Amino acid sequence: MIRFILSKLLYLIPTFLGITIIAFSFVRILPGDPVLLMAGERGVTPERHAELSAQLGYDQPIVMQYFEFLGRLLQGDMGNSLVTKKPVLEEFLTLFPATVELGLCAILIATVIGVTVGVLAAIRRGSWFDQISMTLALVGFSMPIFWWGLLLIIFFSGILGWTPVSGRISLLYYFPDATGFMLIDSLLSGQKGAFTSALSHLILPSLVLATIPLAVIARQTRSAMLEVMGEDYVRTARAKGMPQYRVIGIHALRNAMVPVVTTIGLQIGVLMAGAILTETIFSWPGIGKWMIDSISRRDYPVVQSGLLLIAALVMIVNLLVDLTYGLINPRIRVK
Amino acid sequence: MSDTSNLAAPVKLSDAAIRRRMLAEFWFYFSQNRGAVIGLAVFICLVLTAVFAAALAPHDPTTQYREALLVPPVWAEGGSTQFLLGSDAVGRDMLSRLIFGAQYSLFIGIVVVSIALFGGVIIGLLAGFFGGWIDSVIMRMMDVILAFPSLLLALVLVAVLGPGLTNAMIAIAIVYQPHFARLTRAAVMSEMKREYVSAARVAGAGNLRLMFKTILPNCLGPLIVQATLSFSSAVLDSAALGFLGMGAQPPSPEWGTMLAEAREFILRAWWVVTFPGLAILISVLAINLMGDGLRDALDPKLKRS
Repeated sequence: MIRFILSKLLYLIPTFLGITIIAFSFVRILPGDPVLLMAGERGVTPERHAELSAQLGYDQPIVMQYFEFLGRLLQGDMGNSLVTKKPVLEEFLTLFPATVELGLCAILIATVIGVTVGVLAAIRRGSWFDQISMTLALVGFSMPIFWWGLLLIIFFSGILGWTPVSGRISLLYYFPDATGFMLIDSLLSGQKGAFTSALSHLILPSLVLATIPLAVIARQTRSAMLEVMGEDYVRTARAKGMPQYRVIGIHALRNAMVPVVTTIGLQIGVLMAGAILTETIFSWPGIGKWMIDSISRRDYPVVQSGLLLIAALVMIVNLLVDLTYGLINPRIRVK
Repeated sequence: MSDTSNLAAPVKLSDAAIRRRMLAEFWFYFSQNRGAVIGLAVFICLVLTAVFAAALAPHDPTTQYREALLVPPVWAEGGSTQFLLGSDAVGRDMLSRLIFGAQYSLFIGIVVVSIALFGGVIIGLLAGFFGGWIDSVIMRMMDVILAFPSLLLALVLVAVLGPGLTNAMIAIAIVYQPHFARLTRAAVMSEMKREYVSAARVAGAGNLRLMFKTILPNCLGPLIVQATLSFSSAVLDSAALGFLGMGAQPPSPEWGTMLAEAREFILRAWWVVTFPGLAILISVLAINLMGDGLRDALDPKLKRS
């Protein structure tokens, strides 16, 4: 197992270097002068231009610039935002819990509902439940989630008035950041109604973000279950008189979960892309909105490092998924 | 000379017959899937709408009727038959804009898939055919691109290249291309072991001929399926870029861009938000349904889900 982990880690190094090269080259190799790009339409004087170039290290050869970038990166220095002047890493870490909270909630909804629906659809293959749920799954899979979010806002916030339109919690409540997770912090603060407010802010965005993963997980669970239920050991379990719930729950589901776990893991990248859209629609103060705002403000150090951090994150999650896969499916390790 | 032409004639005929039979077989499997047939029908309607947009649309998509701002659809209270699906915040006809929007979506899908397919097939062929270090280098590069969430990478690419439809299409194509490269490589590697490839090589076929004439045609099945799926993702992602202000720019009637313009009116005028999104959903759904059918028909090895 240790060898398996080590070989996976070793495999990541070239990919990680590649990610740093891409993040680096976006700002410096592609056509256009980065200083002029950052200045935007206002432009800069030649003296200020030279000063900025020297300050940001753009007057050096490109390869030197890259190694300097890499060196600083390894020390945890990702530069400062051009707009807020704060270190990029610090900003990332402040906003990150909001995205994690949203993402975890979404993946929880997607997994619980997706696996349940997938299993039920497989057991009752061809029934109306199977047909309707799989049609809905295909609709969910094809959904432009930025539109879906707007529709939910129209319905739940506009017509019914049940949920707030944006933000993480009502402005009435204030308490210090303990964990960064609004649901936990609001409980810890002990203020009456704070938790309900946080929850009502979270529910719509996480539903929107969960939509596509939910559809993918339901489809994948169904087909994995169908495959497993045709296996000999399921027939044997049935033949020896085992009750249906044990056959499905213990024999079939556990084996069917192997590919489903991978699918759930692969949804992390989808979630990150979805978070950009979801956070923009609901003004959710997380990484996705931060990236969009930085792009429109031409805050290139943030865009560069944000891209790098998100890719590294996706890479690490994929590694964890691979390792889980090795853990639940010993056959993979041997290969 | 006459002998050869006599010999060639029957061969040609049976070639056409084989092709007809293959097509019939394809249609048999494709039409087994009811959803796929519905998807195909909707897609054909979409294509016709895009082609005959100028004839179908009741108004010009950019003409602003200043006296008719945010008119509701014809069946709602205050609707008018002049604007069947209502008008937007500057008095443009929603229906006409949606009809012209179909042109954008199809055009984007075709361009993105063509670039990604072309690039991916060449790269995948090189990697699969030559193997060794060429393969390793190419595949690591593809891994790097795949490590980024696709929408994020496309977004940053567009931000650097400058917002606009052309750059958005290029960015999306770059992000999709590794999928084609991987698929082509895998198919090429399994075909390379077959005897017909060795036979062609022994017969003196050069590398280029082997790659493009011998091997590639036998790898097309999964590529067509992937192309269909990428087509729907391209429509979705370009609409998302348009929505974020990085794709087609106003006043072009691209569906995602229309949604972005409509955002501030969501609580006042539901129709300016509902219809463009519905158009995106229906198109993407139709193409995905078609993709499912194509997969069943072309690639029986892939699981039916």
